[in-house]
Amino acid sequence: MRSFFTHAPFRLYLGLLLLAVCIVVGGILPWLAPGDPLVWYSAPRNQNPSGAYWLGTTSLGQDVFWLLTYALRNSIILGLIVAGLSTVIGVFLGLAAGYAGGWLDRVLSFFMDALLCIPTLPILILMAALFGGQLALPIVGLLLVVFNWPYPARQVRAVALTMREREFINVAWFSGESSSRILIRHIFPYIAGWSAANFINTVLVGISTESALAVIGLSSAQQATLGTMIYWAINYQALLGGKYVWIGSPVVAIVLLFIGLFLVSSGLSMQSAAKRMSV
Amino acid sequence: MISIDNVTVGYGAAGFITAVDGVSFTIGSNEIIGIAGESGSGKSTLMRAVYGDFSTGLRIKSGTVTGRFTDAATGKTIEKPSSLFRDLWWDQISYIPQGSMSVLNPLMKIEKQVVDGLPRRERGGGRRELRARIAKFLAGFGLEENVLDAYPHQLSGGMRQRVLVAIAAFVNPRLILADEPTTALDVVVQKKILLMMVEIQRRLQNTLVLVSHDLGVHYQITDRLVIMYKGQIVEAGRTADIFANPQHDYTRNLIASLPRLHGQRAVDRVGAGA
Amino acid sequence: MHLLRFIAGRLVVYALVIVFALTVLFFVPRLGPTDPVEAMLAKVASQGAYMDPAQVDKLRQSLIDTFGLGGSLWEQYGAFVNRIVFSADFGPSLSMYPTPVMELIWNALPWTFGLLLSSTLIAWILGNFVGLLSGWRPNSNSSRVMEGIAICLYPIPYYILALVLSILFSYVWKIFPLTTTIRGAPWSWELVSSIVWNSFLPAMSIVIVVFGWWVISVKAQTSALKEEEFARYARLKGLSDGRILTAYILPNALLPQITFLALQIGLMFNGSLITEILFDYPGLGLLIYTAVLQGDFNLLMGTISLSVIAVATATMIIDLIYPLLDPRIRHR
Repeated sequence: MRSFFTHAPFRLYLGLLLLAVCIVVGGILPWLAPGDPLVWYSAPRNQNPSGAYWLGTTSLGQDVFWLLTYALRNSIILGLIVAGLSTVIGVFLGLAAGYAGGWLDRVLSFFMDALLCIPTLPILILMAALFGGQLALPIVGLLLVVFNWPYPARQVRAVALTMREREFINVAWFSGESSSRILIRHIFPYIAGWSAANFINTVLVGISTESALAVIGLSSAQQATLGTMIYWAINYQALLGGKYVWIGSPVVAIVLLFIGLFLVSSGLSMQSAAKRMSV
Repeated sequence: MISIDNVTVGYGAAGFITAVDGVSFTIGSNEIIGIAGESGSGKSTLMRAVYGDFSTGLRIKSGTVTGRFTDAATGKTIEKPSSLFRDLWWDQISYIPQGSMSVLNPLMKIEKQVVDGLPRRERGGGRRELRARIAKFLAGFGLEENVLDAYPHQLSGGMRQRVLVAIAAFVNPRLILADEPTTALDVVVQKKILLMMVEIQRRLQNTLVLVSHDLGVHYQITDRLVIMYKGQIVEAGRTADIFANPQHDYTRNLIASLPRLHGQRAVDRVGAGA
Repeated sequence: MHLLRFIAGRLVVYALVIVFALTVLFFVPRLGPTDPVEAMLAKVASQGAYMDPAQVDKLRQSLIDTFGLGGSLWEQYGAFVNRIVFSADFGPSLSMYPTPVMELIWNALPWTFGLLLSSTLIAWILGNFVGLLSGWRPNSNSSRVMEGIAICLYPIPYYILALVLSILFSYVWKIFPLTTTIRGAPWSWELVSSIVWNSFLPAMSIVIVVFGWWVISVKAQTSALKEEEFARYARLKGLSDGRILTAYILPNALLPQITFLALQIGLMFNGSLITEILFDYPGLGLLIYTAVLQGDFNLLMGTISLSVIAVATATMIIDLIYPLLDPRIRHR
C-alpha cells in the first residue's frame, strides 16, 4: 500500500487491467452478440436489468449491454486509428523538423504552433453543421488527426534537437553510419517510450472529442459510439423516465476507459523518464 | 564551543551505513579549523552532524555533538546537542554552501536572499538602512551595490561564491561552517575568497570550520587541521605542525601529492630514474 | 533590446497564426461535398415554410454574402477577412432576425468568460494549495489519497462530469435546477445569488477536473523542487517550512504553470462548450448549439470564428507573458 500510485509499474498494471476489461468488452464480446443491437425493437422495450437483459433495454427496444459492447468497440477503433495516424505523422514530421533544421523546421514548427492554438471542437461543430448536421466517423477521425499530430511532433522535434548534440549520435556519425540508420537505430528507440505514452493519450483525446461531438448529436447516427449512446439516452428521455442504467452504462464505461488510458499513459511516461535519466 | 565526543554517524534506519566512526575533537572559539580528506572520507557527513542537518536519513548512532554558545542579547549560556541546533541556525551558526548555479533561489533578488533568515538583532533600522549596511558589507567583498538588485543567474561563479560568503558572514554568527566553498573556482578567485574568509574571521573573532579535500586550501588559511580517512580521524593538530611533520602515511601521501613550486617535481623524478 | 525583438517576433507569429485560423475558417465551408447554401435552403424548405421563388433567391443571395461565396476566390477571401477582422460584423441572426449576430455574442460572452474564469481560478488556487502540500510530504497517506482522487478525476471529460453531476444533483436528488433560469433586477442580491446558484453545477464540473490536473502537476513539481539545492539552503538558513513553501517553492512552481495554462486553454474551452449545452447555460456554447439546431448560419460562422480567434489570442497572450515573468529570460 505504501507505493500506491507513485510507483510507475503499479499504476501501469492497474491501467492495463482496466484497459484489458474494456478491450474484452469492446473487442471480443461484439462477435458474440445475438444480433445487431442497433436495430430498434429487437428486444422488448424499457426492461429493467435482468438475467436475459443484463443492463436492461432502451425505450427503442435495444439491449443496452450489447449496444454498449458495440459502442465501446467503435469508440476504441476510432481512438486507435486517430492515435496511430497522429503518432506516425507526428513522429515523422517532428524528426524531420528537428533533424533537418532550417526552413523545413521553421515551416513545420509554425504549423505545429498554429494548430495547437486552434480549438478543435468549434471547427468540428462548424463542419458537422454545414455538412448536413452530422459527421461520418471517418471524417471525424481524419479531422482529429489533423488537429492532434502537432503534440507528438513538437515533443519529438525537441528531443531530436537535443539528440543532434548527444555524444553517442556523434560517435555513430563518425563511425560512418548513414543518417537514416542513425535515425532508426539510435534516435527512435530513445523517443519510443515517450511516443507510446503520447499514443495512449491521443487515443483518449480522440475518443473524448468524438464523444463530445456525439453527446450533442453531431456525430454519426449510423454507428453507436459511447457518445452517441449518451445522446440517444438523453434524447429519448432516459433521465425523466428514471432509467439510470441506460444512460449510466456508457458514462461508467467512458470513465473507466479514460482512467485506464490515463494510468497507462502516465505510467509509461514515468517509466521512460526514469529510463532517460539513467542514459 | 563544540565538543564532538566519540561520535558515530551514518545513514538509514534499518540497514545503518556508517560514514563517521567514533570521532572525537573539539572546535574552540576564535580559530579557523580545517577538515580534510578525500571524498567518501566522512568529512561532509561530520560537518552535517556538527551543523545539525539531520535530514535525508542522517543520524547519530552513538556519541554526542554538543554546542555551547553565549546569547549576545541576554548573556546567557546556551548548551544543547547538535540535533537541537535548528533555532541557532542563522543566529549563532551559519553555513556557506558550494556555490553551484542552483544554490540561490533563481527568482529572488540577491538583496532579499541576504535578508531572508537574518536574526532580529541584525535587522535593525528601516529597509533603507539595512540595504545600505548590506551594500557596505558587500563592498568589502569587492561587490558593487547593483549586485543587490541582480538575480543569481546574472552573477559569475566567483561573484556567487562571494555572495554566499557574505550572506553567511552578515549574520554575524559565532560559528561559520563552509562546505567546499572554493572547489569550483579557478585558483586566483579561490585565493581572493579564502583571504576574505580569514579577514572576516579575524574581525568577528568567531570560529570558521572549513571542509575541503584540497590540502592547499587548508595550508593557506587554517590554524588547526583534522585529517579524515575512511570515517576516522587519522591525524589532528596545528596546521603548520602537520605540514612540517606529518605522522600518518595517508597524510604524507596527501601532502606529497600537492603540486610544489620548489623541490623536485614528480615528472623530474621519473625522468631521473629512467 | 533583446526583449523587444522577442516580443516583435512573437507578434509576427501571432499574426500568422490568426491568418492561418481565418484561412481554415474560410475554407471549411468550401470543403464539404455539399454546397452549404443549397444545404441551408433545403433545410429551410424541409421545415415546411413555403417560400416563393423570389424569396428563395433573396435568401440565397444573403447566404452567399454570409459565406462570402460571391466573386473570385481572392475577392471572397478579402471580403471574409475584412468582415471578421476589421468590421467584426457577421450580419443579422437568421433565427432571431433581425438581431445582429454580434449583439447575441456580446450577450453570451460574459457568461462563458465568467464561468471559465471563475472556475479556472478556483481550481487553480485549490489545486496549487493541495498540490503544494502533498508534494511537500509526498509519502504521507493524505498526500497519496489526494493524488489517487486527482488521478481518477482528471481524465474524465468535463461534459461527462457535467452529466454525472446533473444526474446526481438535479434528477436523483433535486437540489440544483435542471436548466438555467436567471431572475432578479439588475445588480440586485437576488440576481447575484441566482447566477451563483445556477452556475454552481456547470462550474463544479470544470473545477473538479481542472483541480485534479493541477494537483497532479503541482505535486510532481513540488516534490522535485523540494530536492533542489536552493530549497536545502533555505532550510539550512533556519527558515520555516511555510516560508520555504511560499517564497522558494511556490514561485518556482508557478512559473512553468503559465505554459501549461497556454496548452490547456483550448481544451478547457472545448469542454465548457458542451457543459454549457448540457446545463442550458446561456453562454457561447449554447449559442453555437442554438445556431446548429436552428440552421442559423450567420450566427454559426460568427460564434465559431470568434471563439477560434479568442482561444488563439488567449493562448498567444499567455505564451507571451511567460518570458516577461521569468527573470532568467527577462534579464539575459
